[in-house]
Amino acid sequence: MTLRSITVRRASNLTATLLMGAATILVLLPLVIIFYHIIKMGISSINLGFFTNIPQPPGEAGGGMANGIAGSAIMIGMASLAGLPVGIFGAVYLTEYGTGRLSSAIRFCADILSGIPSIITGMVAYSLLVVPLKGFSALAGSFALSLIMVPIVLRTTEEQLKMVPATLREASLALGVPLWRTSIKVTLRSALTGIITGVLLAIARVAGETAPLLFTALGNQFWSRKLTEPMAALPLQIFNFAISPYEDWHRLAWAGALVLVVLMFGLSLAARWLGRTKHF
Amino acid sequence: MNTTTTKKYGDRIFRAITLLFALSILIILLVMTVEMVSESLPSLRKFGWGFITGSDWDAVHGSFAALPYLYGSVVSSILAILLATPLSVGTALFITELAPHKVGAVTASLVELLAAIPSVIYGLWGILVMTPWLQSTVEPFMIEHFGFLPFFRGAPYGVSMLAAVCILMIMIVPIITSITKEVLMAVPSSQKEAAIALGATRWEMIRIAVLPYGRSGILGAVILGLGRAIGETMAVTMVIGNTPQISLSLLSPAYTMPSVIANEFAETTTKLHASALMEIGLILLVVTLIINFMARMLLWSVTRKWKGGVA
Repeated sequence: MTLRSITVRRASNLTATLLMGAATILVLLPLVIIFYHIIKMGISSINLGFFTNIPQPPGEAGGGMANGIAGSAIMIGMASLAGLPVGIFGAVYLTEYGTGRLSSAIRFCADILSGIPSIITGMVAYSLLVVPLKGFSALAGSFALSLIMVPIVLRTTEEQLKMVPATLREASLALGVPLWRTSIKVTLRSALTGIITGVLLAIARVAGETAPLLFTALGNQFWSRKLTEPMAALPLQIFNFAISPYEDWHRLAWAGALVLVVLMFGLSLAARWLGRTKHF
Repeated sequence: MNTTTTKKYGDRIFRAITLLFALSILIILLVMTVEMVSESLPSLRKFGWGFITGSDWDAVHGSFAALPYLYGSVVSSILAILLATPLSVGTALFITELAPHKVGAVTASLVELLAAIPSVIYGLWGILVMTPWLQSTVEPFMIEHFGFLPFFRGAPYGVSMLAAVCILMIMIVPIITSITKEVLMAVPSSQKEAAIALGATRWEMIRIAVLPYGRSGILGAVILGLGRAIGETMAVTMVIGNTPQISLSLLSPAYTMPSVIANEFAETTTKLHASALMEIGLILLVVTLIINFMARMLLWSVTRKWKGGVA
């Protein structure tokens, strides 16, 4: 390497520093702009009616997204009921018994699975549930969401379980407590806050999912009475209203976006706050 | 008190149940693949290779070929990656090497926030704020000053390949940044200190000690971002204009694989139409499987190497 003068070296150091700073500003700029627009456009349409009414036809003032919010809550709830136990106890297997090749394969596949586009999950849920049940339904939507949750929850739970000190488990086992009770009463319980953090993040992730609901839950302009009917969901409504040509619906879409963003950040703040208080 | 037998059975049952749940990952992956292949069979049989070489998509006459969608997906993702990579690596370096600890931490959490915004909200912002701006300001400027290039020819529509590239770039930057950050943080500090001790400036330290160490990890992060970009559905569907054409111009509307599925799958009229969309989904699945496989191999090898490595 030829020696370069210190001035040149300092100059290139400065250039690189400035470029890194500029890149950071460019990366964070969209965040500021997007938030500015969501808040500015969304806040004016947020009122009590937004949370209690269903969407009005374009041209009529007012209207809300109550059915979408409720639909999202119901489908996320059902997806969690199905997906969380599978993810959490799957992770227990990996930490308690997972040393072999099979466990590595499962970990690897979980990582790969969470990278598969969610619209494909929607297509699979369509052919597994919508076609046999002969109709779009909230059930199929929940199923698609639960498929997305499982690998996320499995990986985050496993990370948390791995942090539980071996001594805690060994103490319990040495007292003659069977492994399964040790797992539930000691390992899972010690890692509980961390697991809840992961669960909240997984819920935040699926709360915004739109693509897998397009041809499973389909969306609904009105209230759904049964789980076997098409059901509205907040992200679906945002999508449909955003691509519509009507000003009134655009306003609803912005308000919906604001609600969704606030909800997601609430969840991730809660997750962060929980994650900070460590048990050991 | 538990007797030995119930203890044994309890453990056996527990192990069987947790094993089943853990295996569900493999089952989901398998069922997905089998389902996508079997649903695509009619289209696979009928069109063969012509499906990816032709560009005729006609639901009325039952003739389907997907080249424009493939083209749209590949071009939009690659351009987005090319733009996103330097920005992401720069930001990751800023967070790990440059900024004071607190500033770095705040920047990192802002990047995480960006990554957590749902795709549909990017799409909403894209269609109602970004594309009107592109149409009124950016695209006329490009046509006027760079119109001699084939990439900037045509009328300013707003919804266009350019809009898709922009929104994709904004969306994948946080993903690449946060993984690159993890990779860079794993670089042993002894390496960096050695470079500094030898009199390197900060940039030289980054070039000599940090980047070579992180190379395969950063590549993994970029490939992972590519996978995300190719599979991105909602935001792209909302801004790309949904016109199946192959045009060199970034200003003309285009179409991607996930977008055509999103737009048409719920309203298919014939079995063949559904099957053709399933085949597009299958292509998407295979491509993202390969991409994610490569990315994870790179990232795993990096973290493994460092766990037992120096420092």
